[in-house]
Amino acid sequence: MNEPEQGREVMVVDNLVQTIGGQEILRGFSLKVHKGETLVLLGRSGGGKSVFLRHLIGLMQPVSGSIKIEGHDITKLKERELSPVRRRIGMLFQNGALFDSLNVADNVAFPLRERGEKDESIISQKVQSALQMVDLHGHQHKMPVNLSGGMRKRVALARALVYEPQCMLYDEPTAGLDPIVADSIDLLVRRLQRRLGVTSIVVTHDMKSTFSIADHVALLHEGRCYFYGNCDQLRASTDPVIRDFVEGRSHETP
Amino acid sequence: MAPARHVGELLFSFARYLGDLFILVLETIRGIFRGQVRFHLVVHQIYEIGFRSQLVVLITGAFTGAVFATQTFFQFSRLQMDTAVGPVVSVSMFRELGPVLCGLMVAGRVGAAMSAELGTMKVTEQLDALRALAVHPVDYLVIPRFLAMLVSMPLLVAECIAIGILAAFFVTTKILGVSEAYYLHNMLHFTGGKDVAMGLIKGVVFGLLIVFVSCHQGLNAREGAVGVGRATTEAVVIGSLFILVVNFFLTMTLNIFFPAGK
Repeated sequence: MNEPEQGREVMVVDNLVQTIGGQEILRGFSLKVHKGETLVLLGRSGGGKSVFLRHLIGLMQPVSGSIKIEGHDITKLKERELSPVRRRIGMLFQNGALFDSLNVADNVAFPLRERGEKDESIISQKVQSALQMVDLHGHQHKMPVNLSGGMRKRVALARALVYEPQCMLYDEPTAGLDPIVADSIDLLVRRLQRRLGVTSIVVTHDMKSTFSIADHVALLHEGRCYFYGNCDQLRASTDPVIRDFVEGRSHETP
Repeated sequence: MAPARHVGELLFSFARYLGDLFILVLETIRGIFRGQVRFHLVVHQIYEIGFRSQLVVLITGAFTGAVFATQTFFQFSRLQMDTAVGPVVSVSMFRELGPVLCGLMVAGRVGAAMSAELGTMKVTEQLDALRALAVHPVDYLVIPRFLAMLVSMPLLVAECIAIGILAAFFVTTKILGVSEAYYLHNMLHFTGGKDVAMGLIKGVVFGLLIVFVSCHQGLNAREGAVGVGRATTEAVVIGSLFILVVNFFLTMTLNIFFPAGK
Protein backbone atom coordinates (compact mmCIF):
# COMPACT_ATOMS: atom_id res chain seq x y z
CA MET A 1 0.00 0.00 0.00
CA ASN A 2 1.18 3.52 -0.60
CA GLU A 3 1.28 6.23 2.00
CA PRO A 4 -1.99 8.15 1.65
CA GLU A 5 -1.18 10.39 4.61
CA GLN A 6 1.45 11.99 2.45
CA GLY A 7 -1.03 12.61 -0.39
CA ARG A 8 -2.71 15.96 -0.36
CA GLU A 9 -6.43 16.24 0.29
CA VAL A 10 -8.36 16.20 -3.00
CA MET A 11 -11.80 16.06 -1.48
CA VAL A 12 -12.91 17.69 1.72
CA VAL A 13 -16.49 17.13 2.82
CA ASP A 14 -17.58 19.32 5.67
CA ASN A 15 -20.69 18.97 7.79
CA LEU A 16 -22.93 17.64 5.01
CA VAL A 17 -26.66 17.59 5.81
CA GLN A 18 -29.27 15.99 3.58
CA THR A 19 -32.96 15.33 4.17
CA ILE A 20 -35.10 13.05 2.01
CA GLY A 21 -38.85 12.82 2.51
CA GLY A 22 -38.59 14.57 5.88
CA GLN A 23 -35.97 12.10 7.12
CA GLU A 24 -32.48 13.27 7.91
CA ILE A 25 -30.17 10.97 5.98
CA LEU A 26 -26.92 12.86 6.55
CA ARG A 27 -26.55 14.80 9.79
CA GLY A 28 -23.29 16.62 9.46
CA PHE A 29 -21.10 14.11 7.67
CA SER A 30 -17.46 15.13 7.28
CA LEU A 31 -14.69 13.31 5.46
CA LYS A 32 -11.32 13.91 3.83
CA VAL A 33 -10.02 11.99 0.85
CA HIS A 34 -6.33 12.05 -0.09
CA LYS A 35 -4.94 11.94 -3.56
CA GLY A 36 -4.30 8.44 -4.86
CA GLU A 37 -5.85 6.59 -1.94
CA THR A 38 -8.68 4.09 -1.86
CA LEU A 39 -11.24 5.02 0.74
CA VAL A 40 -13.92 2.51 1.61
CA LEU A 41 -17.17 3.83 2.98
CA LEU A 42 -19.05 1.31 5.08
CA GLY A 43 -22.52 1.59 6.54
CA ARG A 44 -25.88 -0.10 6.90
CA SER A 45 -28.22 -0.45 3.92
CA GLY A 46 -30.35 2.66 3.55
CA GLY A 47 -27.92 4.55 5.74
CA GLY A 48 -27.13 7.21 3.14
CA LYS A 49 -23.90 5.91 1.60
CA SER A 50 -25.19 6.05 -1.97
CA VAL A 51 -26.81 9.41 -1.26
CA PHE A 52 -23.46 10.69 -0.05
CA LEU A 53 -21.68 9.38 -3.14
CA ARG A 54 -24.19 11.15 -5.40
CA HIS A 55 -23.30 14.46 -3.73
CA LEU A 56 -19.65 14.03 -4.68
CA ILE A 57 -20.46 14.30 -8.38
CA GLY A 58 -23.16 16.93 -8.01
CA LEU A 59 -26.13 14.64 -8.68
CA MET A 60 -27.66 15.88 -5.43
CA GLN A 61 -27.39 19.21 -3.67
CA PRO A 62 -27.04 19.11 0.13
CA VAL A 63 -29.31 21.03 2.47
CA SER A 64 -26.17 22.47 4.05
CA GLY A 65 -22.45 21.78 4.27
CA SER A 66 -19.73 21.91 1.64
CA ILE A 67 -17.82 19.58 -0.66
CA LYS A 68 -14.49 20.94 -1.81
CA ILE A 69 -12.85 19.16 -4.72
CA GLU A 70 -9.33 20.45 -5.36
CA GLY A 71 -10.28 23.44 -3.24
CA HIS A 72 -13.47 24.37 -5.13
CA ASP A 73 -16.83 24.05 -3.44
CA ILE A 74 -19.04 22.11 -5.87
CA THR A 75 -22.26 22.44 -3.88
CA LYS A 76 -22.72 25.99 -5.16
CA LEU A 77 -22.26 25.11 -8.84
CA LYS A 78 -25.10 25.00 -11.37
CA GLU A 79 -25.72 21.93 -13.53
CA ARG A 80 -23.71 23.11 -16.53
CA GLU A 81 -20.88 24.45 -14.34
CA LEU A 82 -20.37 20.97 -12.91
CA SER A 83 -19.22 19.53 -16.25
CA PRO A 84 -15.47 20.20 -15.79
CA VAL A 85 -15.59 18.53 -12.35
CA ARG A 86 -17.55 15.56 -13.68
CA ARG A 87 -15.12 15.04 -16.55
CA ARG A 88 -12.41 14.18 -14.01
CA ILE A 89 -14.57 11.82 -11.98
CA GLY A 90 -15.98 8.45 -12.98
CA MET A 91 -18.95 6.88 -11.26
CA LEU A 92 -20.07 3.28 -11.18
CA PHE A 93 -23.78 3.11 -10.37
CA GLN A 94 -25.20 0.30 -8.28
CA ASN A 95 -27.14 -1.24 -11.16
CA GLY A 96 -24.83 -0.06 -13.90
CA ALA A 97 -27.24 2.51 -15.39
CA LEU A 98 -26.26 1.51 -18.92
CA PHE A 99 -28.05 3.24 -21.78
CA ASP A 100 -30.68 0.75 -23.00
CA SER A 101 -30.71 2.13 -26.51
CA LEU A 102 -26.98 1.57 -27.11
CA ASN A 103 -25.08 -1.70 -27.37
CA VAL A 104 -22.11 -2.53 -25.14
CA ALA A 105 -19.49 -0.97 -27.41
CA ASP A 106 -21.51 2.22 -27.91
CA ASN A 107 -22.14 2.48 -24.17
CA VAL A 108 -18.42 2.31 -23.46
CA ALA A 109 -17.63 4.65 -26.36
CA PHE A 110 -20.25 7.17 -25.20
CA PRO A 111 -18.01 9.33 -22.99
CA LEU A 112 -15.29 9.40 -25.66
CA ARG A 113 -17.69 10.50 -28.40
CA GLU A 114 -19.29 13.07 -26.10
CA ARG A 115 -15.85 14.50 -25.38
CA GLY A 116 -15.35 15.12 -29.06
CA GLU A 117 -13.28 12.09 -30.09
CA LYS A 118 -13.93 11.68 -33.82
CA ASP A 119 -11.39 9.04 -34.79
CA GLU A 120 -13.31 5.75 -34.79
CA SER A 121 -10.13 3.66 -34.76
CA ILE A 122 -8.96 5.32 -31.52
CA ILE A 123 -12.44 4.90 -30.05
CA SER A 124 -12.62 1.22 -30.91
CA GLN A 125 -9.11 0.63 -29.58
CA LYS A 126 -9.93 2.31 -26.26
CA VAL A 127 -13.27 0.50 -26.01
CA GLN A 128 -11.57 -2.84 -26.60
CA SER A 129 -8.93 -2.27 -23.97
CA ALA A 130 -11.54 -1.05 -21.45
CA LEU A 131 -13.66 -4.15 -22.07
CA GLN A 132 -10.61 -6.35 -21.78
CA MET A 133 -9.85 -4.76 -18.43
CA VAL A 134 -13.22 -5.93 -17.09
CA ASP A 135 -12.92 -9.30 -18.82
CA LEU A 136 -15.74 -8.69 -21.29
CA HIS A 137 -13.96 -8.82 -24.60
CA GLY A 138 -16.17 -10.23 -27.37
CA HIS A 139 -19.47 -8.90 -26.00
CA GLN A 140 -19.32 -5.59 -27.87
CA HIS A 141 -22.47 -6.08 -29.91
CA LYS A 142 -24.79 -7.24 -27.16
CA MET A 143 -27.56 -4.97 -25.92
CA PRO A 144 -27.72 -4.21 -22.17
CA VAL A 145 -31.02 -6.11 -21.77
CA ASN A 146 -29.26 -9.31 -22.85
CA LEU A 147 -26.58 -9.05 -20.16
CA SER A 148 -26.60 -10.48 -16.65
CA GLY A 149 -26.47 -8.12 -13.67
CA GLY A 150 -22.78 -8.73 -13.14
CA MET A 151 -21.95 -8.15 -16.80
CA ARG A 152 -23.92 -4.90 -16.81
CA LYS A 153 -21.94 -3.71 -13.86
CA ARG A 154 -18.66 -4.54 -15.55
CA VAL A 155 -19.71 -2.77 -18.76
CA ALA A 156 -20.62 0.24 -16.63
CA LEU A 157 -17.19 0.04 -15.04
CA ALA A 158 -15.57 -0.03 -18.49
CA ARG A 159 -17.65 3.02 -19.46
CA ALA A 160 -16.45 4.89 -16.40
CA LEU A 161 -12.80 3.87 -16.90
CA VAL A 162 -12.55 4.48 -20.63
CA TYR A 163 -11.88 8.20 -20.24
CA GLU A 164 -9.28 7.63 -17.53
CA PRO A 165 -10.78 9.68 -14.69
CA GLN A 166 -8.54 10.91 -11.88
CA CYS A 167 -11.08 9.85 -9.31
CA MET A 168 -13.52 6.92 -9.28
CA LEU A 169 -16.68 6.55 -7.22
CA TYR A 170 -17.92 2.98 -6.87
CA ASP A 171 -21.40 2.27 -5.56
CA GLU A 172 -21.26 -1.33 -4.34
CA PRO A 173 -18.98 -2.60 -7.09
CA THR A 174 -18.96 -6.22 -5.93
CA ALA A 175 -22.61 -6.63 -4.83
CA GLY A 176 -24.35 -9.33 -6.85
CA LEU A 177 -21.15 -10.63 -8.43
CA ASP A 178 -19.74 -14.13 -8.00
CA PRO A 179 -16.72 -14.27 -5.65
CA ILE A 180 -14.23 -14.72 -8.49
CA VAL A 181 -15.45 -11.71 -10.48
CA ALA A 182 -15.72 -9.74 -7.24
CA ASP A 183 -12.09 -10.49 -6.54
CA SER A 184 -11.10 -9.43 -10.05
CA ILE A 185 -12.91 -6.12 -9.51
CA ASP A 186 -10.97 -5.63 -6.27
CA LEU A 187 -7.75 -6.31 -8.14
CA LEU A 188 -8.77 -3.84 -10.81
CA VAL A 189 -9.40 -1.12 -8.23
CA ARG A 190 -5.93 -1.72 -6.77
CA ARG A 191 -4.30 -1.84 -10.20
CA LEU A 192 -5.88 1.49 -11.17
CA GLN A 193 -4.60 2.99 -7.95
CA ARG A 194 -1.07 1.70 -8.40
CA ARG A 195 -0.60 2.28 -12.11
CA LEU A 196 -2.59 5.43 -12.71
CA GLY A 197 -2.79 6.90 -9.22
CA VAL A 198 -6.58 6.95 -9.35
CA THR A 199 -8.26 8.13 -6.16
CA SER A 200 -11.14 5.79 -5.34
CA ILE A 201 -14.11 6.02 -3.04
CA VAL A 202 -15.85 2.69 -2.67
CA VAL A 203 -19.21 2.23 -1.02
CA THR A 204 -19.66 -1.39 0.03
CA HIS A 205 -20.86 -3.91 2.60
CA ASP A 206 -18.29 -6.45 1.53
CA MET A 207 -15.76 -6.78 4.38
CA LYS A 208 -13.43 -9.08 2.41
CA SER A 209 -13.28 -6.54 -0.37
CA THR A 210 -12.78 -3.74 2.20
CA PHE A 211 -9.74 -5.37 3.75
CA SER A 212 -8.26 -6.12 0.35
CA ILE A 213 -8.52 -2.64 -1.18
CA ALA A 214 -8.84 0.02 1.52
CA ASP A 215 -6.16 2.49 2.53
CA HIS A 216 -8.70 4.16 4.76
CA VAL A 217 -12.11 3.10 5.98
CA ALA A 218 -14.95 5.38 7.06
CA LEU A 219 -18.09 4.10 8.73
CA LEU A 220 -21.26 6.06 8.14
CA HIS A 221 -23.55 5.53 11.09
CA GLU A 222 -26.72 7.51 11.86
CA GLY A 223 -25.80 10.18 9.35
CA ARG A 224 -22.34 10.88 10.73
CA CYS A 225 -18.83 9.61 10.26
CA TYR A 226 -18.64 7.17 13.16
CA PHE A 227 -15.19 5.78 12.44
CA TYR A 228 -12.27 6.80 10.28
CA GLY A 229 -9.00 4.93 10.14
CA ASN A 230 -7.03 2.26 8.35
CA CYS A 231 -7.80 -1.45 8.16
CA ASP A 232 -5.67 -2.35 11.18
CA GLN A 233 -7.45 0.23 13.30
CA LEU A 234 -10.78 -1.14 12.08
CA ARG A 235 -9.78 -4.71 12.98
CA ALA A 236 -8.46 -3.64 16.38
CA SER A 237 -11.48 -1.53 17.33
CA THR A 238 -13.47 -2.69 20.33
CA ASP A 239 -16.40 -0.35 19.72
CA PRO A 240 -19.59 -2.49 19.65
CA VAL A 241 -21.08 -0.72 16.57
CA ILE A 242 -17.90 -1.31 14.59
CA ARG A 243 -17.47 -4.89 15.83
CA ASP A 244 -21.09 -5.73 14.88
CA PHE A 245 -20.51 -4.38 11.43
CA VAL A 246 -17.16 -6.04 10.83
CA GLU A 247 -18.35 -9.39 12.15
CA GLY A 248 -21.85 -9.14 10.69
CA ARG A 249 -23.84 -9.55 13.94
CA SER A 250 -27.52 -8.53 14.21
CA HIS A 251 -28.14 -9.35 17.91
CA GLU A 252 -31.44 -10.99 16.98
CA THR A 253 -32.33 -14.37 18.46
CA PRO A 254 -33.41 -17.09 16.05
CA MET B 1 -62.77 28.27 3.31
CA ALA B 2 -61.74 24.73 2.40
CA PRO B 3 -62.96 24.83 -1.24
CA ALA B 4 -61.32 28.23 -1.76
CA ARG B 5 -58.06 26.89 -0.41
CA HIS B 6 -58.36 23.86 -2.67
CA VAL B 7 -58.86 26.07 -5.72
CA GLY B 8 -55.95 28.22 -4.61
CA GLU B 9 -53.67 25.20 -4.28
CA LEU B 10 -54.76 23.97 -7.69
CA LEU B 11 -54.03 27.33 -9.30
CA PHE B 12 -50.69 27.52 -7.53
CA SER B 13 -49.61 24.06 -8.68
CA PHE B 14 -50.74 24.86 -12.22
CA ALA B 15 -48.70 28.07 -12.19
CA ARG B 16 -45.70 26.12 -10.90
CA TYR B 17 -46.19 23.52 -13.63
CA LEU B 18 -46.23 26.24 -16.30
CA GLY B 19 -43.11 27.71 -14.72
CA ASP B 20 -41.36 24.32 -14.90
CA LEU B 21 -42.34 23.96 -18.56
CA PHE B 22 -41.03 27.44 -19.27
CA ILE B 23 -37.70 26.62 -17.62
CA LEU B 24 -37.43 23.49 -19.78
CA VAL B 25 -38.09 25.60 -22.89
CA LEU B 26 -35.42 28.11 -21.84
CA GLU B 27 -32.92 25.34 -21.07
CA THR B 28 -33.56 23.82 -24.51
CA ILE B 29 -33.06 27.13 -26.32
CA ARG B 30 -29.96 27.86 -24.25
CA GLY B 31 -28.56 24.44 -25.16
CA ILE B 32 -29.13 25.06 -28.87
CA PHE B 33 -27.33 28.40 -28.66
CA ARG B 34 -24.43 26.65 -26.92
CA GLY B 35 -24.13 24.45 -29.99
CA GLN B 36 -25.37 21.34 -28.21
CA VAL B 37 -27.05 19.87 -31.29
CA ARG B 38 -26.32 16.22 -32.04
CA PHE B 39 -27.40 15.86 -35.65
CA HIS B 40 -27.41 12.06 -35.74
CA LEU B 41 -29.91 12.08 -32.87
CA VAL B 42 -32.07 14.69 -34.64
CA VAL B 43 -32.18 12.48 -37.75
CA HIS B 44 -33.06 9.45 -35.65
CA GLN B 45 -35.86 11.38 -33.95
CA ILE B 46 -37.20 12.63 -37.29
CA TYR B 47 -37.46 8.97 -38.26
CA GLU B 48 -39.21 8.11 -34.98
CA ILE B 49 -41.49 11.12 -34.76
CA GLY B 50 -42.09 11.99 -38.39
CA PHE B 51 -41.61 8.94 -40.55
CA ARG B 52 -43.16 6.39 -38.24
CA SER B 53 -46.22 8.52 -37.43
CA GLN B 54 -47.27 8.79 -41.04
CA LEU B 55 -49.60 5.79 -41.22
CA VAL B 56 -51.58 6.87 -38.16
CA VAL B 57 -51.83 10.44 -39.37
CA LEU B 58 -52.80 9.43 -42.92
CA ILE B 59 -55.57 7.11 -41.75
CA THR B 60 -56.87 9.78 -39.37
CA GLY B 61 -56.83 12.44 -42.07
CA ALA B 62 -58.42 10.24 -44.75
CA PHE B 63 -61.36 9.05 -42.70
CA THR B 64 -61.97 12.45 -41.09
CA GLY B 65 -62.07 14.05 -44.55
CA ALA B 66 -64.34 11.33 -45.89
CA VAL B 67 -66.85 11.38 -43.04
CA PHE B 68 -66.88 15.16 -42.82
CA ALA B 69 -67.55 15.42 -46.56
CA THR B 70 -70.36 12.89 -46.30
CA GLN B 71 -72.12 14.68 -43.43
CA THR B 72 -71.69 18.07 -45.08
CA PHE B 73 -73.07 16.67 -48.32
CA PHE B 74 -76.16 15.26 -46.56
CA GLN B 75 -76.98 18.67 -45.12
CA PHE B 76 -75.95 20.81 -48.10
CA SER B 77 -77.69 18.68 -50.74
CA ARG B 78 -81.06 19.57 -49.19
CA LEU B 79 -80.24 23.20 -49.91
CA GLN B 80 -78.94 22.42 -53.43
CA MET B 81 -75.43 23.42 -52.34
CA ASP B 82 -73.64 20.14 -53.15
CA THR B 83 -70.61 21.82 -54.67
CA ALA B 84 -69.99 23.83 -51.49
CA VAL B 85 -68.81 20.63 -49.82
CA GLY B 86 -65.36 21.17 -51.37
CA PRO B 87 -64.53 24.53 -49.78
CA VAL B 88 -66.16 23.63 -46.45
CA VAL B 89 -64.10 20.47 -46.14
CA SER B 90 -60.84 22.01 -47.34
CA VAL B 91 -61.07 25.13 -45.20
CA SER B 92 -62.01 23.08 -42.12
CA MET B 93 -59.24 20.59 -42.75
CA PHE B 94 -56.68 23.34 -43.11
CA ARG B 95 -57.78 25.56 -40.26
CA GLU B 96 -58.99 23.09 -37.62
CA LEU B 97 -59.37 19.40 -38.28
CA GLY B 98 -55.98 18.72 -39.85
CA PRO B 99 -53.77 20.29 -37.19
CA VAL B 100 -55.95 19.33 -34.21
CA LEU B 101 -56.53 15.70 -35.12
CA CYS B 102 -52.96 15.25 -36.27
CA GLY B 103 -51.81 16.86 -33.01
CA LEU B 104 -54.00 14.55 -30.92
CA MET B 105 -52.72 11.46 -32.75
CA VAL B 106 -49.09 12.55 -32.38
CA ALA B 107 -49.69 13.34 -28.69
CA GLY B 108 -50.92 9.78 -28.27
CA ARG B 109 -48.23 8.05 -30.30
CA VAL B 110 -45.13 10.19 -29.94
CA GLY B 111 -45.91 11.96 -26.64
CA ALA B 112 -46.54 8.68 -24.86
CA ALA B 113 -43.36 7.12 -26.25
CA MET B 114 -41.26 10.15 -25.29
CA SER B 115 -42.44 10.33 -21.71
CA ALA B 116 -42.20 6.55 -21.27
CA GLU B 117 -38.65 6.45 -22.64
CA LEU B 118 -37.39 9.43 -20.66
CA GLY B 119 -39.30 8.28 -17.57
CA THR B 120 -37.71 4.83 -17.74
CA MET B 121 -34.29 6.43 -18.14
CA LYS B 122 -35.02 8.56 -15.09
CA VAL B 123 -36.06 5.71 -12.81
CA THR B 124 -33.21 3.42 -13.94
CA GLU B 125 -30.62 6.15 -13.19
CA GLN B 126 -29.71 6.55 -16.88
CA LEU B 127 -30.36 10.29 -16.61
CA ASP B 128 -28.01 10.42 -13.63
CA ALA B 129 -25.46 8.43 -15.64
CA LEU B 130 -25.72 11.05 -18.41
CA ARG B 131 -25.19 13.83 -15.87
CA ALA B 132 -22.29 11.96 -14.26
CA LEU B 133 -20.70 11.72 -17.71
CA ALA B 134 -20.99 15.53 -17.99
CA VAL B 135 -23.81 15.43 -20.54
CA HIS B 136 -26.85 17.59 -19.81
CA PRO B 137 -30.01 15.46 -20.23
CA VAL B 138 -31.79 18.37 -21.95
CA ASP B 139 -28.99 18.62 -24.52
CA TYR B 140 -28.93 14.91 -25.23
CA LEU B 141 -32.63 14.07 -25.02
CA VAL B 142 -34.85 17.14 -25.37
CA ILE B 143 -33.04 19.15 -28.05
CA PRO B 144 -33.06 16.36 -30.69
CA ARG B 145 -36.76 15.73 -30.04
CA PHE B 146 -37.55 19.45 -30.18
CA LEU B 147 -35.75 19.96 -33.50
CA ALA B 148 -37.16 16.75 -34.98
CA MET B 149 -40.66 17.84 -34.03
CA LEU B 150 -40.08 21.24 -35.60
CA VAL B 151 -39.28 19.51 -38.88
CA SER B 152 -41.80 16.66 -38.70
CA MET B 153 -44.99 18.27 -37.46
CA PRO B 154 -45.66 20.67 -40.37
CA LEU B 155 -45.07 17.79 -42.79
CA LEU B 156 -47.38 15.46 -40.86
CA VAL B 157 -50.10 18.11 -40.68
CA ALA B 158 -49.70 18.79 -44.40
CA GLU B 159 -50.03 15.07 -45.15
CA CYS B 160 -53.07 14.77 -42.90
CA ILE B 161 -54.78 17.71 -44.60
CA ALA B 162 -53.87 16.60 -48.11
CA ILE B 163 -55.16 13.07 -47.68
CA GLY B 164 -58.29 14.38 -45.94
CA ILE B 165 -59.09 16.65 -48.86
CA LEU B 166 -58.34 13.88 -51.36
CA ALA B 167 -60.58 11.44 -49.50
CA ALA B 168 -63.36 14.03 -49.33
CA PHE B 169 -62.98 14.71 -53.04
CA PHE B 170 -63.14 11.01 -53.83
CA VAL B 171 -66.19 10.32 -51.66
CA THR B 172 -68.13 13.39 -52.80
CA THR B 173 -67.46 13.07 -56.52
CA LYS B 174 -67.16 9.31 -57.06
CA ILE B 175 -69.66 8.00 -54.51
CA LEU B 176 -72.10 10.84 -53.88
CA GLY B 177 -72.07 12.05 -57.51
CA VAL B 178 -71.14 15.74 -57.18
CA SER B 179 -69.56 17.35 -60.26
CA GLU B 180 -65.78 17.19 -60.10
CA ALA B 181 -65.22 20.47 -61.94
CA TYR B 182 -67.55 22.54 -59.73
CA TYR B 183 -66.23 20.87 -56.61
CA LEU B 184 -62.62 21.68 -57.48
CA HIS B 185 -63.41 25.16 -58.73
CA ASN B 186 -65.27 26.13 -55.55
CA MET B 187 -62.68 24.52 -53.34
CA LEU B 188 -59.77 26.36 -54.94
CA HIS B 189 -61.74 29.61 -55.02
CA PHE B 190 -62.44 29.61 -51.29
CA THR B 191 -59.19 28.10 -50.00
CA GLY B 192 -56.16 30.34 -49.84
CA GLY B 193 -52.61 30.62 -48.61
CA LYS B 194 -53.84 32.02 -45.30
CA ASP B 195 -55.65 28.75 -44.57
CA VAL B 196 -52.49 26.80 -45.34
CA ALA B 197 -50.43 29.11 -43.11
CA MET B 198 -52.90 28.75 -40.25
CA GLY B 199 -52.84 24.96 -40.45
CA LEU B 200 -49.07 24.72 -40.50
CA ILE B 201 -48.54 27.28 -37.72
CA LYS B 202 -51.00 25.43 -35.53
CA GLY B 203 -49.26 22.16 -36.33
CA VAL B 204 -45.88 23.53 -35.23
CA VAL B 205 -47.32 24.97 -32.00
CA PHE B 206 -49.04 21.68 -31.15
CA GLY B 207 -45.88 19.74 -31.91
CA LEU B 208 -43.87 21.88 -29.53
CA LEU B 209 -46.54 21.54 -26.83
CA ILE B 210 -46.29 17.76 -27.18
CA VAL B 211 -42.48 17.75 -26.97
CA PHE B 212 -42.22 19.91 -23.89
CA VAL B 213 -45.15 18.40 -21.99
CA SER B 214 -43.98 14.84 -22.68
CA CYS B 215 -40.29 15.47 -22.00
CA HIS B 216 -41.15 17.32 -18.80
CA GLN B 217 -43.28 14.40 -17.60
CA GLY B 218 -40.55 11.90 -18.49
CA LEU B 219 -37.69 13.86 -16.93
CA ASN B 220 -39.66 14.25 -13.70
CA ALA B 221 -40.95 10.67 -13.42
CA ARG B 222 -40.37 9.00 -10.08
CA GLU B 223 -41.23 5.90 -8.12
CA GLY B 224 -40.46 3.13 -10.58
CA ALA B 225 -42.79 1.51 -13.07
CA VAL B 226 -45.89 3.07 -11.50
CA GLY B 227 -44.34 6.52 -11.87
CA VAL B 228 -43.45 5.91 -15.51
CA GLY B 229 -47.02 4.77 -16.18
CA ARG B 230 -48.38 7.87 -14.49
CA ALA B 231 -46.00 10.15 -16.38
CA THR B 232 -47.01 8.58 -19.70
CA THR B 233 -50.73 8.91 -19.03
CA GLU B 234 -50.34 12.48 -17.87
CA ALA B 235 -48.22 13.36 -20.89
CA VAL B 236 -50.98 12.21 -23.25
CA VAL B 237 -53.83 13.74 -21.23
CA ILE B 238 -52.16 17.09 -20.58
CA GLY B 239 -50.77 17.23 -24.13
CA SER B 240 -54.20 16.56 -25.65
CA LEU B 241 -56.00 19.02 -23.38
CA PHE B 242 -53.40 21.69 -24.08
CA ILE B 243 -53.87 21.16 -27.81
CA LEU B 244 -57.65 21.58 -27.56
CA VAL B 245 -57.50 24.63 -25.29
CA VAL B 246 -54.59 26.35 -27.04
CA ASN B 247 -56.30 25.66 -30.38
CA PHE B 248 -59.21 27.89 -29.43
CA PHE B 249 -56.97 30.81 -28.51
CA LEU B 250 -54.79 30.22 -31.56
CA THR B 251 -57.85 30.33 -33.80
CA MET B 252 -58.94 33.63 -32.27
CA THR B 253 -55.45 35.15 -32.54
CA LEU B 254 -54.47 33.80 -35.94
CA ASN B 255 -57.83 34.86 -37.37
CA ILE B 256 -56.67 38.45 -36.92
CA PHE B 257 -53.72 37.81 -39.23
CA PHE B 258 -55.35 35.25 -41.51
CA PRO B 259 -59.09 36.11 -41.53
CA ALA B 260 -61.44 33.37 -42.69
CA GLY B 261 -63.33 33.88 -45.95
CA LYS B 262 -62.50 36.31 -48.70
